[in-house]
Amino acid sequence: MKSTYSEPKSLAKTGQDDFDGMNQQEKPENILSNIKYLIVGVLFGIVFVKAEIVSWFRIQEMFRFDSFHMYGVIGSAVFVGLISVQLIKRFKVSTMDGETVSIPDKTFNKGQIYGGLLFGIGWAITGACPGPLFAQIGSGFLAIIVTLLSAIAGTWTYGLLRSRLPH
Amino acid sequence: MDFIELLRKPWPWYVAGPLIGLTVPVLLLLGNKSFGISSSLRHICAAVIPANIPFFQYDWKKGIWNLFFVGGITLGGFVATFWLSNPDQIVISASTQQALAQLGVTDFRGLMPLDLFSVQNILSLKGLIFMVLGGFLVGFGTRYAGGCTSGHAIMGLSNLQWPSLVATISFMIGGFACTHLLFPVLFQLVK
Repeated sequence: MKSTYSEPKSLAKTGQDDFDGMNQQEKPENILSNIKYLIVGVLFGIVFVKAEIVSWFRIQEMFRFDSFHMYGVIGSAVFVGLISVQLIKRFKVSTMDGETVSIPDKTFNKGQIYGGLLFGIGWAITGACPGPLFAQIGSGFLAIIVTLLSAIAGTWTYGLLRSRLPH
Repeated sequence: MDFIELLRKPWPWYVAGPLIGLTVPVLLLLGNKSFGISSSLRHICAAVIPANIPFFQYDWKKGIWNLFFVGGITLGGFVATFWLSNPDQIVISASTQQALAQLGVTDFRGLMPLDLFSVQNILSLKGLIFMVLGGFLVGFGTRYAGGCTSGHAIMGLSNLQWPSLVATISFMIGGFACTHLLFPVLFQLVK
């Protein structure tokens, strides 16, 4: 059956299909070796909750300029991430499996503005980006399962409408 | 003060921020993974309800690490809340409390306002706006933007990607506009 779908022109050039969290490892990984990402996730989730980044109130303080906390968290995270990436590139540090570290470039399309604005609205309403949604559920806020399911539905709807949206 | 007691206190930004930043090189060196979380939502769609939509026709198993990662975040949330919980109440700035009280949020005891995010609100207009609509915008918006706070604001900026700066600025504008312009309307609706 011939597919009638065609990528919008502005998307065709993005190549990477707008993934984040790209896996560039060539060597295949089995389920067991994926456990290490679970462990990093656990530590990450603990930081999220202990620094109260998952708190709806902290996000409100940020958008009301009433506290430096979230700006400090994001700013220092970017600072450490930036230094690390530059060091990895400069000294050509390779991965545990001896592969060259590769980070796909982001290509600009207008989705980053339209989608960014829509996500920003959702961020203020829910007090959460996708990561904190998972941590909130783990923290026992079971109602947030509804928010997460709705976020999955939102992602699905984007996939459905993608070719008709401006990019 | 012993160490566990110190861990139980809320962590300051200068501890949490650098730890989050370190996730970037840790994931790169563990297995050439770019930090990013919103893709997990896309992988779930691709694995469970692809429905012949081209956007979900790809090898989602290549991204399975991301599902382990968010599974870990959920577990981490559990560990921090039930074993390392803060004995004191959360401290929220007075001016934010005042502004929120005017909107009708009065419960400042937990990480989340139970006025809005409780199980008994799921089937009410509050639940429809703050959980269903809010969640939908998070999922739709992050995928439309090609990433979220982790993929764009932290990973993208760390790698000096200007499209990620555009995305990050858009996130912030959306959040400011929602808080200052949309909130008065939304809270009026659910009053």
